[in-house]
Amino acid sequence: MTTAPEIGSARKRIEDARLITGKTQWTDNIQVPGLCYVAFLRSPFGHARISGIDVSPAKERTGVIAAYSGRDFADEQAPLPCAWPVTEDMVHPDYMPLAVDEVRFAGEPVAMVVARDRYAAADALEAIDVDYEPLPAVMDMEEALKEGADLVHSDKGTNKTYTWVLENGDTEAAFRDAPVVIERRYIQQRLIPSAMEPRAVVVAPIGDEFTMWSATQVPHILRTVLSLVTEIPEQKIRVIAPDVGGGFGSKIGVTAEEVILMLAARRLGRPLKWTESRSEGNLTVHHGRDQIQDIAIAADRDGRLRGLRVNLLADMGAYLRLVGPGVPLLGAFMYNAIYKMDALSFTCSGVFTNKTPTDAYRGAGRPEATYAIERIMDELAVELDLDPIEVRRRNWIKHEEFPYTTIAGLTYDSGNYEAATEKALQAFEYDKLRAEQADRRERGDPVQLGIGISTYTEMCGIAPSRVLGQLNFGGGGWEYASVRMLATGKVEAVIGTSPHGQGHETTMGQIIADKLGVPFEDVRILHGDTASSHKGLDTYGSRSLAIGGVALVNACEKVIEKAKRAAAHLMEASEQDIEFSGGSFSVRGDAATAKPIQEIAFAVNLAHNLPDGMEPSLDSDATFDPENFSYPHGTHLCAVEVDTETGFVKIRKYVAVDDVGKVINPLIVDGQVHGGLAQGIAQALYEEGVYDADGNLTTTTMADYLVPSAADLPTFHTDRTETPATTNPLGVKGVGEAGTIASTPAVVGAIVDALRPLGINDVRMPCTPERVWQAIQDARGGAS
Amino acid sequence: MPRIKVEVDGVTYEDDVEPRLLLVHYLRDRLGKVGTPIGCDTTNCGACTVLMDGLSVKSCSVLAVQADGREITTIEGLGIDGQLHPMQRAFHEEHALQCGYCTPGMIMASLDLLRENADPSEEEIREGLEGNLCRCTGYQNIVRAVRRAADDMRGAAKEVTS
Amino acid sequence: MIPAEFSYVRPSSVDEAVAALSGAGEDAKVLAGGQSLMPLLRLRLALPEVLVDLDRVDELREIRDGGDHVFIGAMATHYSVIRDPLVPPLVAKTTATVADPAVRHRGTFGGSIAHADPAGDLPAVMLALDATMVARSPRGSRDIPASDFFVDYLTSALEPDELLVGVRVPKLGDDWGFHYEKFHRTAQAWAIVGVAAAVQRGNGTVAGARVALTNMGPYPIRASAVESAATGGPASAEAFRSAAEAAAEATDPPADISGSAEYRRHLARVLTARALTAAATV
Repeated sequence: MTTAPEIGSARKRIEDARLITGKTQWTDNIQVPGLCYVAFLRSPFGHARISGIDVSPAKERTGVIAAYSGRDFADEQAPLPCAWPVTEDMVHPDYMPLAVDEVRFAGEPVAMVVARDRYAAADALEAIDVDYEPLPAVMDMEEALKEGADLVHSDKGTNKTYTWVLENGDTEAAFRDAPVVIERRYIQQRLIPSAMEPRAVVVAPIGDEFTMWSATQVPHILRTVLSLVTEIPEQKIRVIAPDVGGGFGSKIGVTAEEVILMLAARRLGRPLKWTESRSEGNLTVHHGRDQIQDIAIAADRDGRLRGLRVNLLADMGAYLRLVGPGVPLLGAFMYNAIYKMDALSFTCSGVFTNKTPTDAYRGAGRPEATYAIERIMDELAVELDLDPIEVRRRNWIKHEEFPYTTIAGLTYDSGNYEAATEKALQAFEYDKLRAEQADRRERGDPVQLGIGISTYTEMCGIAPSRVLGQLNFGGGGWEYASVRMLATGKVEAVIGTSPHGQGHETTMGQIIADKLGVPFEDVRILHGDTASSHKGLDTYGSRSLAIGGVALVNACEKVIEKAKRAAAHLMEASEQDIEFSGGSFSVRGDAATAKPIQEIAFAVNLAHNLPDGMEPSLDSDATFDPENFSYPHGTHLCAVEVDTETGFVKIRKYVAVDDVGKVINPLIVDGQVHGGLAQGIAQALYEEGVYDADGNLTTTTMADYLVPSAADLPTFHTDRTETPATTNPLGVKGVGEAGTIASTPAVVGAIVDALRPLGINDVRMPCTPERVWQAIQDARGGAS
Repeated sequence: MPRIKVEVDGVTYEDDVEPRLLLVHYLRDRLGKVGTPIGCDTTNCGACTVLMDGLSVKSCSVLAVQADGREITTIEGLGIDGQLHPMQRAFHEEHALQCGYCTPGMIMASLDLLRENADPSEEEIREGLEGNLCRCTGYQNIVRAVRRAADDMRGAAKEVTS
Repeated sequence: MIPAEFSYVRPSSVDEAVAALSGAGEDAKVLAGGQSLMPLLRLRLALPEVLVDLDRVDELREIRDGGDHVFIGAMATHYSVIRDPLVPPLVAKTTATVADPAVRHRGTFGGSIAHADPAGDLPAVMLALDATMVARSPRGSRDIPASDFFVDYLTSALEPDELLVGVRVPKLGDDWGFHYEKFHRTAQAWAIVGVAAAVQRGNGTVAGARVALTNMGPYPIRASAVESAATGGPASAEAFRSAAEAAAEATDPPADISGSAEYRRHLARVLTARALTAAATV
């Protein structure tokens, strides 16, 4: 049987069937008998002492089953975990699920109500009395680090949680006497991830066992951590991530609501549901980015980089979330990007403020790093009067230099920056647009054209467990898969990754179909339920294919090994003489002997005639723990039109040429790139989580936090080069974050490029019309 | 408590409802029609879009009492006898969804768009869908899917009339 | 988020509606299309005791020719306003920029005006066109000129027991051109600033000009200085730019995350020039 390979084919997604018909299992759709609804009362203050709280009036309300304050759980609740103590002496304050004495960010839960329905629960919140004594809110990172600053956690004596350093080479020497030194400050604004599905949790207790449905990216991590935090034994907790409506990092936490629902369900012996509203979520789902980046480069007059120095302040918000402190570290290794240099010095301090805690948001550390280095490479080009492409070309790792160990100590296994850049330049019509830009400048056109460039790389496929250990991360980075051959020759596979839009059921099915030589339609993928998928490390950091996909390949190999032994026995041949091809086993050189794997599976299931000692099963488990990260790269080019009268920016053209290694499903890869671009562009132009000086978030709704619509975004031109990763048998690199990482600097770089003749070298993100206009005003000396 | 009579996806329901009950909660919590999800509080995201008497509305911003005597079509009412509606098929073919949370609303809004303009340009599609947010797709394939559905539906209409 | 409890009245005629409203007391709210009110109810920023729902008052949906004006019923939806050939072009064009299609199916002309949101688009248009609001109460019918209608932020001249039943929008001759210039950050965002302009053309000169501004104060503002400066001058982009220099006079723009007051004043000038130019060339 010869069929076209599944790997590389644009297979339409099988998960669509339920999603386009409304037959989806979102967590809020889950119904169990006797279900009660939970609502949380949240702090309206950024920082306050709770001097009194009385939930008893809420209990009097119709339909209310229970009401609790933090004090009611004070003895039972344990702090929410942070799994990434990046330094030995990291300051790590307790983060209680329900605040007891003090609230440290607006939206922190202080009380909860359990009622017969959502409406009754929402009403009863109004009856709870809380007396707050407002405390000074710490809202600015630099102020927070000053001597005598107000403190977020008064018992800790400092607002700094850690300082982490990465150094290689002699940075001082690199900067000393360097002909060119450029220093810049860039601001990464606070972002709100805004997955379309708000979070939701259902907990059903039966006896001393608990089933939790949660809109989570990490059912396995959640199960383990819930067990540690609540002391409910892990085997008595089943976590199900049903259909999950997007995550982008925002659903990797173990959250206050998950823990409290578990405790309350245990106390009441009733099943509970909590569903977040958007305005509640904007306050409480962890935020992303929020860094101040001081970056400096030293270079020779020919543009060759000598060294790079980065000083970073990272806003942790009020508490440390699951991997929050580690997010800047994921960027630390990426500041040098695709460039060769002699020295690197990176220092990052984590800072507490009275804001929503931050944690991973699509790209997590790498977008920030890529933004800073790509922006400052543009500055270098200007300083030396070189084309920005040329200055990059003079510094990047050449194709023939791979594998290449960077100044940050990572070994990039493969890449072809030349090919991606060449392809992008052609599709973009770079020279033509440069000519138009010159013409508009010449004419003094009120609408100026700018071109932005991002020759990015990133590290993904998170992560080698060994490396995570060196970085003090409290978990591993391997992945798990299991393949079961059913009696009829069909295949059921269990994966440890937990998709929430990525299409694993399709992609993983394609891998199995090719590896086992079975029809794609004969494969079914199970995931997201710890009862069927008992182990795994879930989905984040563009790891599912690069780690989980390889685990699946390994499991397939084991199935084939077992089947080969059975086949040899049935064919009365030596195992060494059996070959496996196209889904069939045959005696080498004798096609007539071919037996399809399904037939072997059936025979093994019958177990009438197995080799001595062989179990009647072809099923296999496997894991994969990578030796290295994977390094997607690419070249993105963006042209913008800037209306210099209003400051309005319109994207005229966007070309993305990405190299994500071997592509399993081009349809899904393109989709990931499109979505990534939209989020990266949104950071550049639209989105910002804004607080006032008192600690109130002013962007609590989608009317204020501007997620772009179809009408705000351009059509993207996407293309690929394909340089396989050499670090895994699939040759894949990962694609979930690349678009987001690459696009932000391309857009802002284009805006700055448009305004460069005015002497403008930065516009702070998001580049709102007012900020662009203000930059122009400032450059023109304030005269309008 | 007002009593309402409403036809949802071809089935007539009569219920007593609190005046403040949102149509989307009526559909989800009372009728069990959970195909229509909720994404925001402020009529911005469009995830809850359904058709009311044939016009798209955001069911989080309509009271259930206001649906009294009206016909509601949700994502669950599209397609006949298990066959996909051309718009559903186009979303599948063009990979116009990832997590799928915005998809029911996006499909209903797209149907409304084609009702008004059977042959929309890309720009008209983008503007017509400005009230429906998607966080996964960057909209590119959604635009393609609506174009494809427009072609398919016009083709089908021609076959019927010729 | 979930609205707080309220009681609900659904009249089927204007008389019933007026009676219901006056009987409901101070804490009653009129529910028109609900596209502004429902989010406020859900966020519990509005807590009425009684909602008087006009959804079934069909007589309020009428759009009719009144000779020298067009009467647009308060419950005419944005959707029907955009499509009705009777509706004056500036009203129809501006309405097409309001929110998104689904919101326009429910949202109403009268609701947008009575809500008196300074960021709303239609109030400035009413002001520019010298429209007259028609209100009903137990005391009878009352005409309120647009210039007196918008009193303050989210506050109209309507008494608590008064119902906006419709608006008389004067017809302007064929020698008038119109434009609404809306400036916003994303397609579905509210206007940072909007400019409604009407220009009467006469032999290359401006015979008359009307300009009103959205979101340049707690209520829409007529840019009278611009109108005077433009009128009688040439209908050229350059002349309009010069006239528009006065656009920010007598404004009191808000400062918020979408823009500072200074930026809004600047935008008012730029957008007014553009709106006038576009109106003159239509």
